[in-house]
Amino acid sequence: MSKRTVQFSIYRYDPDKDERPYMQDISVELEATDRKLLDALTKLKAKDDTISYRRSCREGVCGSDAMNINGKNGLACLTDIDELKQPIVLRPLPGLPVIRDLIVDMTQFFKQYHSIKPYLINNDPPPERERLQSPEDREELNGLYECILCACCSTSCPSFWWNPDKFVGPAGLLAAYRFIADTRDQATNERLDNLDDPYRLFRCHTIMNCVDVCPKGLNPTKAIGKIKEMMVKRYV
Amino acid sequence: MVNRIVVGAHYGLKDWIAQRATAVVMAVYSVLMLLVLVLVQPGDFESWRGIFAHGFVKFATFLFVVSLFYHAWIGMRDLWMDYIKPTGLRLTLHVLTILALVGYTGWAASILWRL
Repeated sequence: MSKRTVQFSIYRYDPDKDERPYMQDISVELEATDRKLLDALTKLKAKDDTISYRRSCREGVCGSDAMNINGKNGLACLTDIDELKQPIVLRPLPGLPVIRDLIVDMTQFFKQYHSIKPYLINNDPPPERERLQSPEDREELNGLYECILCACCSTSCPSFWWNPDKFVGPAGLLAAYRFIADTRDQATNERLDNLDDPYRLFRCHTIMNCVDVCPKGLNPTKAIGKIKEMMVKRYV
Repeated sequence: MVNRIVVGAHYGLKDWIAQRATAVVMAVYSVLMLLVLVLVQPGDFESWRGIFAHGFVKFATFLFVVSLFYHAWIGMRDLWMDYIKPTGLRLTLHVLTILALVGYTGWAASILWRL
């Protein structure tokens, strides 16, 4: 790809200056080496340094640069700029309070994540070297542990939009199942009790927006299904 | 009362199972009913009445309407939970929904056994 100019329409809001948010039309010239949306954002930032967004690793590992790109949540650093329809419309992740421009307040999201106790609970004295798992048991954790907590999934979920204070959301539930599925964890019952609630788990109506947007290709809906399956197994 | 977020009602699983079970009942009934209609091809009131005169059809139809209303209860409750925030108003709507659906069940039964 050679040099080209790309059109943007970016959500702008600075609560100190702006009465209400507005969309800013701006274009930027890209070099042949600029391939990802984040490259373009870096150029945009050089052109207008008031444009604010989060970024860090620039390779889809830290989950900082999640945003709504042309109506769909994703990571700027993993999105090919040339595959996007122009003008590229950038908005902050939906459903969370905007701090400034593309930066949202993730407090509610992390509150839900913490509520599922995202750590191994095992009261046995730790063995000399490590707690072992069979390869088959370890296999179950694949597709669960890779979550980078970018919030693309939870903020694309209508149930999370309506009840962010009560519904754990796809990211939190994926993490919950990661520990329920872990054979080294001893708190399975407490974890299931913690989720057995019309809001915390059962707000999920399996619409699979989460699966559609996950930049890591994970499947929270499947994990949620497995939690429900375990509850049924425990109940009947 | 302090304004704290409270969750942990410890229900939901039964409703989730019930919603799926009632959906299966409704799906099976719909297919069966379609078959009956294709086979019988009722043209007038008497032939329609003939279908529902069977004890099994009454039984199955009653199960269908009960499933429908139970399914609707969970769906309506979810709607109120998502969109109606004040607890008092939501509780009122819950109760009104239950009353309406219970009433419909009785009404449906009386219609069915009148045929």
